[in-house]
Amino acid sequence: MTGDAVLTATNVSIEYEVDPPVKAVRNVSLTLNRGEILGLAGESGCGKTTLAYGMNRLLKPPALMTAGEVVFHDRTGEDIDVVALADEELRRFRWDKVSMVFQGAMNSLNPVINIRAQLFDVFTTHRPDMSKRQKQQRSEELLELVGVDPKRLTSFPHELSGGMRQRVMIAMALALDPQVMIMDEPTTALDVVVQRGIIREIMRLREKLGFAVIFITHDLPMLIEISDRIAVMLQGEIVELGMATDVYRRPQHEYTKRLLSSFPSLRGERGDFVRTGAQSVSATLGPSATLEGGAA
Amino acid sequence: MTAESTPSTPRTLEARNLVKDFRLRSGLKVSTLHAVKDVSFTLEAGRTIALVGESGSGKSTIAKMLARLETPTSGQILLDGKPASRSGRDAAAYRGDVQMVFQDPFASLNPFHSIAHHLERPLKIHNPGIGRAELRKRTLELLDRVRLSPSDRMADRRPHELSGGQRQRVAIARALAPGAQFIVADEPVSMLDVSIRLGVLNLLAQLQREDHLGVLYITHDLATARHFSDEILVMYRGDIVERGPADTVILDPQHDYTRTLLGAAPDPENQGMLRDEVRRELSAGRP
Amino acid sequence: MSEETEVTDPRSASAVDEPQTLSDRTIDPAIIAPAAIMTPPVTVDIVTAREEARDARRGFRQLMPRMSLKLAIGLIIVVGIVLFAIVAPIFAQDPYDSDNPALQPPSPEHILGTTKLGYDVFAQLATGARGSLMVGLIAGLIALVLSLFFGIVAGYKGGWWDEILSLFTNIMLVIPGLPLVMVISSYIPVRSWLLVAVVLGITGWAGSAVVLRALSRSVRARDYVAASRVAGEKSGRIIFVEILPNLLPLLTAQFLFAIIFAILGEAGLSYLGLGPTGSITWGTMLNEAQSGQALGQGAWWWFVPPGLMIALLGAGLSLINFSIDEIINPKLRLAPQNARRVRQAKRAGRGVEAAHTPNGAEA
Repeated sequence: MTGDAVLTATNVSIEYEVDPPVKAVRNVSLTLNRGEILGLAGESGCGKTTLAYGMNRLLKPPALMTAGEVVFHDRTGEDIDVVALADEELRRFRWDKVSMVFQGAMNSLNPVINIRAQLFDVFTTHRPDMSKRQKQQRSEELLELVGVDPKRLTSFPHELSGGMRQRVMIAMALALDPQVMIMDEPTTALDVVVQRGIIREIMRLREKLGFAVIFITHDLPMLIEISDRIAVMLQGEIVELGMATDVYRRPQHEYTKRLLSSFPSLRGERGDFVRTGAQSVSATLGPSATLEGGAA
Repeated sequence: MTAESTPSTPRTLEARNLVKDFRLRSGLKVSTLHAVKDVSFTLEAGRTIALVGESGSGKSTIAKMLARLETPTSGQILLDGKPASRSGRDAAAYRGDVQMVFQDPFASLNPFHSIAHHLERPLKIHNPGIGRAELRKRTLELLDRVRLSPSDRMADRRPHELSGGQRQRVAIARALAPGAQFIVADEPVSMLDVSIRLGVLNLLAQLQREDHLGVLYITHDLATARHFSDEILVMYRGDIVERGPADTVILDPQHDYTRTLLGAAPDPENQGMLRDEVRRELSAGRP
Repeated sequence: MSEETEVTDPRSASAVDEPQTLSDRTIDPAIIAPAAIMTPPVTVDIVTAREEARDARRGFRQLMPRMSLKLAIGLIIVVGIVLFAIVAPIFAQDPYDSDNPALQPPSPEHILGTTKLGYDVFAQLATGARGSLMVGLIAGLIALVLSLFFGIVAGYKGGWWDEILSLFTNIMLVIPGLPLVMVISSYIPVRSWLLVAVVLGITGWAGSAVVLRALSRSVRARDYVAASRVAGEKSGRIIFVEILPNLLPLLTAQFLFAIIFAILGEAGLSYLGLGPTGSITWGTMLNEAQSGQALGQGAWWWFVPPGLMIALLGAGLSLINFSIDEIINPKLRLAPQNARRVRQAKRAGRGVEAAHTPNGAEA
């Protein structure tokens, strides 16, 4: 949250060239500050993934960026116009400056080759002059960094649990020490306990390596917990943008309020949930029984 | 459907000492997966029990056993105190009383058939000899109850023309069609858009009030489990590790696992806490 | 660090392993090679879903392939050949009449010339069309029925049924088809075209059965089948009313494929002299042309027409099959369409990258 920007998107519009054309992202402007976690919240169809892909030049037909500018502010001081990058420059930019962890990343590993081969592939593509030894060393480092035993380098994806696969994907995204990581629903498919472990890992890595994160998810409570700033998207537009605390305690837009009320508080109010008439039963605090104590 | 449910003699669906083992084959090795290891509970008409747990806890297996999609390795399922039989008229009667709402709104409806077909089939099966006009009337009534209107237009649509929330309402209507008294809802809203979830859950709650249904609400989301059910059963690896009134289990957990679950659930009140914790750890020099 | 404990219930494995999807979006768990990390594994399927929803059609019409150039050409070829087989023999000469000058090149009296023994090639071609098509059709039907039985019953019922039926299927799969057909054929000196069709049919179903079995197993595990069971439906009704309609595109494709296979198989058999005795098919024509030294004598009009017809029919059926593939996997249809639309939009100047690079260097 050191005030200076690392990635700026200005007036970005992305359209799907179908019949009739669909405006997936409408005139969105976003600034990501160095080292910060920016949460991008919204439901399906709001355009958050499309925006992320657009900022990374990953759009596939029928998606097309019809307007806007995306500028990456390198830590060397150079400003890179992402939209103007071509072929060779684009290849050097990708993964090196900005990397991405995709939705369903757990299933994105190639099932027929082991983890080490996949990590090596990243290096071969982007750092062709790395020696095998260096690649091995860096791969082990990366796995340790994300909390996976380096011995698992020789494992195949199906031999790892879902949480571990997700960590491997994060390790791959970190391989070239990027300054920005875009994560699209990285923990949606994981158990809540495993999820917390991964989130904790990400925050630790952020403290150590200083990259900024755009965290895309529909899980607003989680975003509020971990983000510095939050942007809420609805139908291609950012309807609210502010510090996490402000978005939580003083939401401005109707949609934000609606989204917040869809998550009943665990320990507090029941929100808009209407329980049955038999409220009296849940109001009485009877003793609960644990496994050791036998059934109630 | 036949027995009257009164406050003094409520209808019950009981799971007694249910055990389910799966044989796993990997190459030549055969191992046993103990998915459910002796679980007992009683669901009463008019009450909601939440079955909470992570993947692999066995909660979905219990749902399938109650819906008779899997047979228990041992243990019994008793409807109104009588063991549910595997075949014959009793089995059909059981199906008429116990129905299921599936998790995936996309997969639980047949893409080839219309919405009306999905509702008419169970209606026909449990009301043999019903006439066409009556069938249509009841189908539309069901659609109205789950607030899918205009019902006559909805009835002729196909699943892919409906949104996820609408499909799930159809799934609920289908579960009500046989006149079931007990509904097993297996993660009914986890695949829906966030802002639609509470609408569907509120609908389920309303239907429960109207029909005095017993609902088994299976979920991994502790928050909705608390606000939506009377009693919570926490499952871990096939066992029920804690049970009790919803508010008690959430606000005053006893078992370690329950505490871990509650600690891991996202809570906006903890804004910034994780970041500070991590910073402290790192500066203290721990890896 | 919390340990990674994830015990998965194998029966619900699909529900557990798939990422939780939100209502309007389908997630494609694509498997990518690491070098392709640049491109996202997920095409934004919300657009596919929307397009499909808009193009929604009722009942069986939703199963019919969309008219496209591929489909049109395929249909024209196949329908053309079928019409030819039905109509042409009526107008042509008697194919068994050898009272013609031998080995004549095409002329006004004999449009495709004559064979060494004086038969009219065109007449033979027309009758041969009937012969080949009949063999193909009957063999295809037999193969379809057999693969349906061995595939769907084994897939849906599981257990002992599955074990026994799969065992048989696997044996049939392993035995090489054409040699088997040759062996059977060579045992029977006098073969009617029906017999040849039957032999081809009973040897060509195994591959299809394997596919249908796999598909039935996956459909059986789908929630809507489970929902039908919970509602109280009987197995028979579930197979015919719930499962089969969803398999129709695949079944049709398998059927067409079986026909192609049978026609080619018959041609091969006939060429080896093991085909139908006493009937004329394109294959027997090729056989006679070969033994009559047609190539050496430059009598191209004898063997080119039947060969061409076989190739054309195969191509036509395959084109129809491709169109059916697009029903089974709509992305096949949409991807080229999408790429074209983006190109058009860029040419119209709508893309912001249009000024910089052609095609945006996406791939």
